[in-house]
Amino acid sequence: MNCKVRIPTPLRRLTGNAAELSIEAATVGDLVGAIEARHPGFASKILDEKGQIRRFINIYVNQEDVRFGGGLGTPLKDGDEVSIIPAIAGGAG
Amino acid sequence: MSYVRGLRCRECGATYPVSPVSICPECFGPLEVDYNYEAMRQAISRFSIESGPATMWRYRSLLPIDGDRVVDLGTGFTPLIEAHRLGQELGLKRLYVKNDAVNPTYSFKDRVVSVAVSKALEFGFDTVACASTGNLANSVAAHAARAGLKCYIFLPDGLELGKVLGTMIYEPNVITVRGSYDEVNRLASEVADHYGWAFVNINLRTFYSEGSKTLAYETAEQLGWRLPGQVVSPIAGGSVLTKIAKGFGELVRLGLVEGREPRVCGAQATGCAPVARAFKAGADVITPVRPDTIAKSLAIGSPADGEYALATVRRTGGYIDDVSDEEIVQGMRLLARTEGVFTETAGGVTVATLRKLVLDGRLDPEETTVAYITGNGLKTVEAVEGSLGQAPGAIAPRFDEFEERIRALAVSPAPA
Repeated sequence: MNCKVRIPTPLRRLTGNAAELSIEAATVGDLVGAIEARHPGFASKILDEKGQIRRFINIYVNQEDVRFGGGLGTPLKDGDEVSIIPAIAGGAG
Repeated sequence: MSYVRGLRCRECGATYPVSPVSICPECFGPLEVDYNYEAMRQAISRFSIESGPATMWRYRSLLPIDGDRVVDLGTGFTPLIEAHRLGQELGLKRLYVKNDAVNPTYSFKDRVVSVAVSKALEFGFDTVACASTGNLANSVAAHAARAGLKCYIFLPDGLELGKVLGTMIYEPNVITVRGSYDEVNRLASEVADHYGWAFVNINLRTFYSEGSKTLAYETAEQLGWRLPGQVVSPIAGGSVLTKIAKGFGELVRLGLVEGREPRVCGAQATGCAPVARAFKAGADVITPVRPDTIAKSLAIGSPADGEYALATVRRTGGYIDDVSDEEIVQGMRLLARTEGVFTETAGGVTVATLRKLVLDGRLDPEETTVAYITGNGLKTVEAVEGSLGQAPGAIAPRFDEFEERIRALAVSPAPA
């Protein structure tokens, strides 16, 4: 499945400054692995030692937080848009 | 002069020079201001603070400001009211209400925004922006107007009219987004990444959030440089509660007060209680929720500082509870009826949770207790509209009609 992945600024030094990647993957977990294969060092920024999504990283598939769905197992289909966004933000009131 | 040494990652400890960045490039943890407390301790005294203006800026030395100019609308040093009647009703001996509903744009947000917009000027930005559930929007738009900066405000649709008009009056660019606050926030994070704007609660968050410490400084000073025994704060993103605790801790560290850090308790709406849920389940990690509550200013399903709030409450021996929408309205009415303070739904959450904590024996009735009222009821009149019933119809301006009305109300007339 071909997906568009948006890369946040702090990670772009690992992707040769690319802000967007086009990646073939069946799940979010596969997608992280596929980016790692192309840009070594990427996965360790996204995943912790246990292979889970880091606390300060949010991953969205078509605007939906994958924590609401299948996490790394969330399936991807052609044309899905994936956003990786550092979790620090917010604070309304 | 300031006592800021730089920025430090709260997670991995990496240090960076002061810049408009709030995320550690190494581990994505939040960056915090790194102060030289030793130098601060030498220079700051109760007297030096008391000689300052009657605003939050009397604590300027404890805030991360390096420039000459602060953007100030007269925020802070809000009343700390001794709440006898509410205390009596709840069974608390010494209860105080910190009434932050009377700030320049009628919420505590003026504290954080005053710091953030001052910082935006310092860094040379020409545009400030925010994602907001309303209170922050009002405050950012007002401070941008005062500073003469361009302004973009991202709002979820369906907000209370008072909050929308209370933003538009300052003529910012308003971007209304179909979706929840969390979705607006995600979009704003992406925009912040692409445009060179000062997003007060994203790339200026490190400085912004420090403004909330002044709630604790003022509380202690207004108690006669004493610490309260226990406090109750609402939790939305988790930042305020965390920074109130930090503020009390700094006062002890600087030798300005003595004693034990207060027990810090948190209040959430049951319709959006990810932090209360994690607390009760004994979990360290927050599972996001989809908010569904009338307390829109607290409706953050994915709280950025939720884990820190959780850790703060556990460390200080506090508790986190949540209350239903009905209890929230009752809480708003209770505070108004007993103390003459009209708060918004978030304040209703705090008062209703305070009540619940006392009933469940989680607060010590003998201790000095402070409840933080963070916003103004006139912004969310929709919340109480249904519960107050119809205003009684008009009478003719005649004495007999007045007496008839009085009889109908079954109220005995006052003696002549």
